[in-house]
Amino acid sequence: MQAHLVGVLALQGDVAEHAAALERAGARAAAVKTLADLERVDALVIPGGESTTVVRLLDRFGLAEPIVARVKAGMPLWGTCMGMIVAAREVAGMEQPTLGLIDITVRRNAFGRQNESAEVALAIPALGEQPFPAIFIRAPWIERVGPSVELLAERDGHGVMVRSGNVLGTSFHPELTGDPRVHAYFLSMIDKASAHVGKASSAA
Amino acid sequence: MEEKGTLTVKRGLAQMLKGGVIMDVVTPEQAAIAQEAGAVAVMALERIPAEIRAQGGVARMSSLELISGIMDAVTIPVMAKVRIGHFAEAQVLQSIGVDYIDESEVLTPADDLYHVDKHAFTTPFVCGARDLGEALRRITEGAAMIRSKGEAGSGNIVEAVRHIRAIKDAIATLTTAPKEELVARARDIGASYELVREIAETGRLPVVLFCAGGVSTPADAALMMQLGAEGIFVGSGIFKSKDPKRFARAIVDATTHYNDPKIVADACRSLGTADAMPGIDIRKLAESELLATRGN
Repeated sequence: MQAHLVGVLALQGDVAEHAAALERAGARAAAVKTLADLERVDALVIPGGESTTVVRLLDRFGLAEPIVARVKAGMPLWGTCMGMIVAAREVAGMEQPTLGLIDITVRRNAFGRQNESAEVALAIPALGEQPFPAIFIRAPWIERVGPSVELLAERDGHGVMVRSGNVLGTSFHPELTGDPRVHAYFLSMIDKASAHVGKASSAA
Repeated sequence: MEEKGTLTVKRGLAQMLKGGVIMDVVTPEQAAIAQEAGAVAVMALERIPAEIRAQGGVARMSSLELISGIMDAVTIPVMAKVRIGHFAEAQVLQSIGVDYIDESEVLTPADDLYHVDKHAFTTPFVCGARDLGEALRRITEGAAMIRSKGEAGSGNIVEAVRHIRAIKDAIATLTTAPKEELVARARDIGASYELVREIAETGRLPVVLFCAGGVSTPADAALMMQLGAEGIFVGSGIFKSKDPKRFARAIVDATTHYNDPKIVADACRSLGTADAMPGIDIRKLAESELLATRGN
């Protein structure tokens, strides 16, 4: 079977770092800037960047609705930092439009401005005993999780990694480390989604 | 275990800004316009480079009231400038919590020999460079992001093009250089051998490379991105234009879709008949009026 083609939303942010990390984890990666790019991919990563910028560009170039439609139809999506904010249901204390793909409330820059950005050894039980070298940059935290959402990691009592069905969110940046475990976890989500689609189509 | 101010998190914020536009602003209202238009960060300063150039005098770090007002007005990162070598100004900016410090030739240099030891700070620094040697000296001093200098406040893209080409060409040349030449090449450009060797292997700077100094139209932004800039600083080009909101949006769109001429054309068209800032022929500037030659 050919490796999954994973798109990285390339309107702005650390696109190249995610693409390289996906390839190291065994996937193929492609930048997604247009509708045609989006149609080709099996899954999508929304990378780190500035959420106000990217939300405006998604809207401006007509990508918001097609992404929502594909994720609702089962396409796996992973948002890191900015990407998790863009995917969230709501942003605490702000009137910021989002895609509403995962039932969480995030608070932007919750860990502080750049001077508070940090490297943290983070316990993520789903990835094994070894702590994950998590890099937080002007990072958001998750203030509320809906009933369908699984909280996968916390830092100082604040949610920083969540999953709900085919949507994954992290406050931190696994693409800036050499540790491939979160990327591998996302690829396993794509495996499951493809198996499901495969079953559905063979049943039909 | 938790560690702040590491090279990884300092360089990391610049990685998050890639593909974006950082805009000079002089009021909280301008900062809000920049954010609304899609800027990834703002540079808070008292006078934009075109005004510093016109008014003369000593240009220093901006008032803290102004910088704090801008920090309160937006949720995107806020950068501010210090004079070259003025580490006390940098200590002050770090203490009020700006997200990035620009050790900038646009301000009047405080030290004509030495730059700030940027490793001593938690707050990351961006520095200007005209060529690879200058870029690598700044990285050795601790800069977490480089911008090609261009000629600030000129509205003329020619110096920005010269500097980004100089940096990219020198990197390309190193990747094909025989290994035994690398020590001599490092010596020739006044850079550390370790960095030169790293670039010969990776073909890229170890930090993000933006461009600055002369971008005033959407097509300028597309040009610089195609020449290898990873993002754009726009100083005077937006708020010295006839229609800042439209120029801000158009330059953001052109930076995102720099490789799609149809979208760049749409961005140009969105300006209607609004004029870009007036420019200057750099050949007509006296040596003493050039900003890019400050710091080396």
